[in-house]
Amino acid sequence: MTGSTQNGLKEKLLTFRHGVHPEEYKELSNHQRIERMPFVEEYTLPLLQHIGAPSKPLVHKGQRVRRGDLIAEAGSYVSVALHAPVDGTVTDIGLYGHPNGQMLPAIKIRTDPFSTQQLDQPAQRQPEELAKAEFIEAIQRAGIVGLGGAAFPAHVKFNLSENQPCRYLMLNGCECEPFLTCDHRVMVEYAEELIDGAHILQHFIQAEKVYIAIEANKPDAVVGLRAAAAKAGFPVEIIPLQVKYPQGAEKMMISAILGKEVPAGRLPIDVGVLVSNVGSIVALSQYFRHSQPLIERVITVTGPAVRRPANVLVPLGTPMRDLVEFCGGITGEAARILLGGPMMGIVQKSLDTPVVKGTSGILVLTEREVQDIDTFSCIRCGRCLEACPLFLNPARLGLLARKGLWDDMEDINALDCFECGACSYVCPSAIPLVQSIKVGKSMIREKKAREKNQA
Amino acid sequence: MTNKPKITISTSPFLHDQATTPKIMWELGYTLIPVLLAAIYYFGLSALLVSLASIAGCLVTEYYLGNKGPLGSPLRDGSALVTGLLLALTLPPGFPLWMAFVGGVVAIGMGKAIWGGLGQNVFNPALVGRAFLQAAFPTAITTWEPPDGRYWGARGTNLAMPFYQGEPVDALSTATPLSEMKFSHEPTALADLLLGNISGSLGETCAVLLILAGLYLVIRRIINWRIPVAILATVALFSGIAYLLAPDRYPSPGFMVLAGGLLLGTVYMATDPVSSPLTPKGIWIYGVGIGLLVVLIRIWGGLPEGVMYAILLMNAATPLINRFARTRVYGYS
Repeated sequence: MTGSTQNGLKEKLLTFRHGVHPEEYKELSNHQRIERMPFVEEYTLPLLQHIGAPSKPLVHKGQRVRRGDLIAEAGSYVSVALHAPVDGTVTDIGLYGHPNGQMLPAIKIRTDPFSTQQLDQPAQRQPEELAKAEFIEAIQRAGIVGLGGAAFPAHVKFNLSENQPCRYLMLNGCECEPFLTCDHRVMVEYAEELIDGAHILQHFIQAEKVYIAIEANKPDAVVGLRAAAAKAGFPVEIIPLQVKYPQGAEKMMISAILGKEVPAGRLPIDVGVLVSNVGSIVALSQYFRHSQPLIERVITVTGPAVRRPANVLVPLGTPMRDLVEFCGGITGEAARILLGGPMMGIVQKSLDTPVVKGTSGILVLTEREVQDIDTFSCIRCGRCLEACPLFLNPARLGLLARKGLWDDMEDINALDCFECGACSYVCPSAIPLVQSIKVGKSMIREKKAREKNQA
Repeated sequence: MTNKPKITISTSPFLHDQATTPKIMWELGYTLIPVLLAAIYYFGLSALLVSLASIAGCLVTEYYLGNKGPLGSPLRDGSALVTGLLLALTLPPGFPLWMAFVGGVVAIGMGKAIWGGLGQNVFNPALVGRAFLQAAFPTAITTWEPPDGRYWGARGTNLAMPFYQGEPVDALSTATPLSEMKFSHEPTALADLLLGNISGSLGETCAVLLILAGLYLVIRRIINWRIPVAILATVALFSGIAYLLAPDRYPSPGFMVLAGGLLLGTVYMATDPVSSPLTPKGIWIYGVGIGLLVVLIRIWGGLPEGVMYAILLMNAATPLINRFARTRVYGYS
């Protein structure tokens, strides 16, 4: 690694094998302090903001709600609660545009213009007094999900059975996607809460040690968290990792720190590791210490086509248009609007959808970064093989996908691909490799489901 | 907002590495310029004429048979130009120009176009052209002119009429270092091999330039470093063992590495991504295979030089190697 990306961290930096080095673009927003988004007139809260069953609404049209009130409960075990982000009135429960492109049920709340929006919720029982089952239930009730983007319910992940011993709790602050800086700012500005949340969780899952993994391009976060960790009464180590994409993929992070591989088709807990995004851990602390359920999150609004890139603390349900306007709006050069980073983000056709729990960033790119490159034939240069962190053969997978040979794709481990996009990034012939593999994967899954139904 | 943005819908990733296929091809081509200049320095105008004839054969064929491609013309990606230049560098300086042209036509036509164009061929196109010429014109392709400081005149049979079998020309014809070794056991000084003051094909004379070009291409990650390492290490090791056993019968490993077309073939032809294996394991097998074949042919075969056949044979084995030399996927033991 070059000295500039190491930023004065003198130690040897760990990493995984393969991967790519896209331009980072973090300087647009990595020094911007987290700002609080002013309250807007209306909020739209989709009942599905997590992986699993949608939440079940507990409010009716016309009902007054206070900030932090429960407005929908978990729809099943793999589901979480949802809370009002503002004092206001429920104006509708109906179908609204969701960032995933569908129209899905959502609760609409009109903000009370005269409220101070003070959070005034009864104090929570402190985690120290809770039994494990009560702790798990509390996290589900707090509506906490993985804030890295996947939005998997946190309580499901944390609810380890007796025969799943957890040695290490790994907190993921890698943020290897270019442009995004929300986790970075959270680690710098919420270091105490992060260490506190880590302590609470470490206690319940009985982890021997907590690791906080951070890419070396965030030296201020490393230094700040080390200072906070020095005062912590439990074993926690801050580990700077090499700046390389996809360092933040949990398998890659575990390989880098422990030198171990997660067996195919298994979870990190099978090698004794529990991984969580740093933001979720801060949310955990805030719920127990300040009775604040997950009603807001930090989002990076950035990209060369955003007038004032920023890290913003945004109430859930805020229309993206309002958030982007708060950041100065977009310029006429805008060519792509994405949720998330440029490597795995999801393109948006408009800004008329709300911010949800899984929204880590709004990124507006111009044609300069997107660079539409002409597609040539595969010249079998092997760059994709040297990029793939899982040691797959993307060139062959892509070829098989374009020919519709789904079974052959499955034979060469197509289903292991986690779609990081490193292959498409390096392909000099600009072949849409990961894009074809995604299609292939869904075809394989569809076929498997069909076969299961027939059997 | 007066200037309404035009938003495109597509799927991630949205960033791309700087390297593109045409850029790679052109950069490879640029590294051949010093090699060509050295050939002109040693062999004069003839070197340029042979190169132009071979390139013309490639470009004409690519123009008519090549895929148009996204750039609107098959010539724009630079690959046909590189093939033409590479073919020329394997030819002797006094080679008839019309034969060089025919070689270029065959290189692109039979080496690339009939397979389906860029990226589809099994064999390295330049070597297909060279193999054709070797089979069709065995005398012309083994008539070597020494570097003699003549710059302006066309050499040997450069200007021979097509299909006209004239008397062998009276020009000086010398043996290459490899044939001297093979047939009269006379090694050439390594310093001459390094600098190129020897007779041989246009591009196989100056070893220093080829080594520098190879290093540059490896650093720029345009060629896979494993291929030259595997080939050169195998040749040095294998011929070194033979040399240690019988120093008076076999050439030294230094001579084996520097003489003939090994460096040119290693840096520019064996590394052709299209016709070499994909996985690191496969690349090691491929490189070691080429090295072994080169030594076998040179020492025990009937020909003084075996680089071309070694590479072509391993090209043929590449689809098989790709099938079996798979990488272990993450998470599987």
